Amino acid sequence: MAEKYIARSKAIAARMLGGEMMVMSAADSTFFTLNDVASAIWQAADGRTPLSEIVAGKICQEFDVDRERAQRGADRFVEELSQHGILLVSDQPLAESSPTLVSP
Amino acid sequence: MSLLAEMNQKALNLGLPLSVHLDVTYRCNERCVHCYLDHDDHGEMTTAEIVNVLEQLADAGVFFISLSGGEVFMRRDFFEIVERARQLLFNVKVKTNGVMIHEKEAAKLRQLGVEQIQISVYSHRPEVHDAITKLPGSLKRTVRAIRFLKSQGLKVSIANVLMAGNFSDQQGVITLARELGVAYTLDPTITPKMDGDTSTLALRIPASDLKQIFHNQELVGNVEEFCAPPPAPGEDIMDGYPCSAGHTACYISPYGDVFPCVQFPLPSGNVRRQKFLDIWRHSPQLNEVRSIRARDLPTCSTCAHVGTCTRCPGLAYMEGNMRGPSSADCEKSFQRTGIPSANMLRRTGAGYAGPLIQIQALANSSPDMLLQNEDSRLTA
Repeated sequence: MAEKYIARSKAIAARMLGGEMMVMSAADSTFFTLNDVASAIWQAADGRTPLSEIVAGKICQEFDVDRERAQRGADRFVEELSQHGILLVSDQPLAESSPTLVSP
Repeated sequence: MSLLAEMNQKALNLGLPLSVHLDVTYRCNERCVHCYLDHDDHGEMTTAEIVNVLEQLADAGVFFISLSGGEVFMRRDFFEIVERARQLLFNVKVKTNGVMIHEKEAAKLRQLGVEQIQISVYSHRPEVHDAITKLPGSLKRTVRAIRFLKSQGLKVSIANVLMAGNFSDQQGVITLARELGVAYTLDPTITPKMDGDTSTLALRIPASDLKQIFHNQELVGNVEEFCAPPPAPGEDIMDGYPCSAGHTACYISPYGDVFPCVQFPLPSGNVRRQKFLDIWRHSPQLNEVRSIRARDLPTCSTCAHVGTCTRCPGLAYMEGNMRGPSSADCEKSFQRTGIPSANMLRRTGAGYAGPLIQIQALANSSPDMLLQNEDSRLTA
């Protein structure tokens, strides 16, 4: 299966609020909140690290979840957010994405 | 509860500011008859100062930022400000009259990822709109701007401030909004000028016209429900707070002054002298605003409308007491339901002639009262 690379779109608004990430698409005003696992994927979406590596190296280790389950969840998450233009997905490394967020 | 309402509740519980209204200038190319601002520049913040404020707001957790004025495009560095705001991942809304927006500006706003543009339109007829803005040709230019923005796929809304002079054109503006494919918002709130001059209040629509608005199904949806008598308030209502001003939102003027809301000119600090978070957390004024619950309002807590009224604490403050009634909102509650407010009954009994409106003057700063009452505007 082809590798997936994910990057945060620049056409979004985002902020950490009490450990949860708020994300809104500037294109269609869709609003999401991301739980800690989704936030970790989001933060790691630098366009250069393959999704499988994010899952194996970050999600499985930080959240004590088996790889197959984590990969399924990550694929669903990426698909949904990419439909709203919030995450960019490619089978090739992507250009630089939005800056990483600060937490209040 | 919607996701946004949940986030608002979370921000409230955490004591975080979720939204900030930042006026980048009071200068304007229009001279609207109802405007409350002094359009001279008394030393507005520089680009670097505004960028610094934006960075502080991002660190503080602010998500929504409204950039307004004056006319925002009077600042040559406006796009620089928007660009930095977007780099900091704010949800950016821009309020403008659109007169200076052409194809290039519309494309730039789109490219920067501005979420929404709100544009003031007073009438569908140039002779009425231009007489209010005192800028000949302004309606034509504003409508042209809306078309440019729409062609870029941007979300645009028309803000229609209603006065006696343009009330009869309200339907025409709704129709214009439909033709342009944009949202429509109306607001019947007119405030005194920032120097305390109350002459603008004479422009307000008469009470009977308010009643007509509240009974317009196109604007309010289910009229019977919207105009129903208020239910008896429960404990949750009496422990509630009136609006987001000072709780999850605040306003910053072009001079760096911080207020609970654009319509609540209580000076609470200045970002040129203090860190934003220090003001947000420790300002005695903001903390006083936050401490007020419905049960603390001497007149309003006894009013049948206490649970459903759009009472604006800023307008109450301008009448002399932030814990007092806001007469304009009493009138709205009355015209909506036909039931007089406790304040109206008290005034009738005492032979009260009308509210005294007094605005506190600020040294080297400018309390600003935007026309919109965020909690009481109606949309179609």
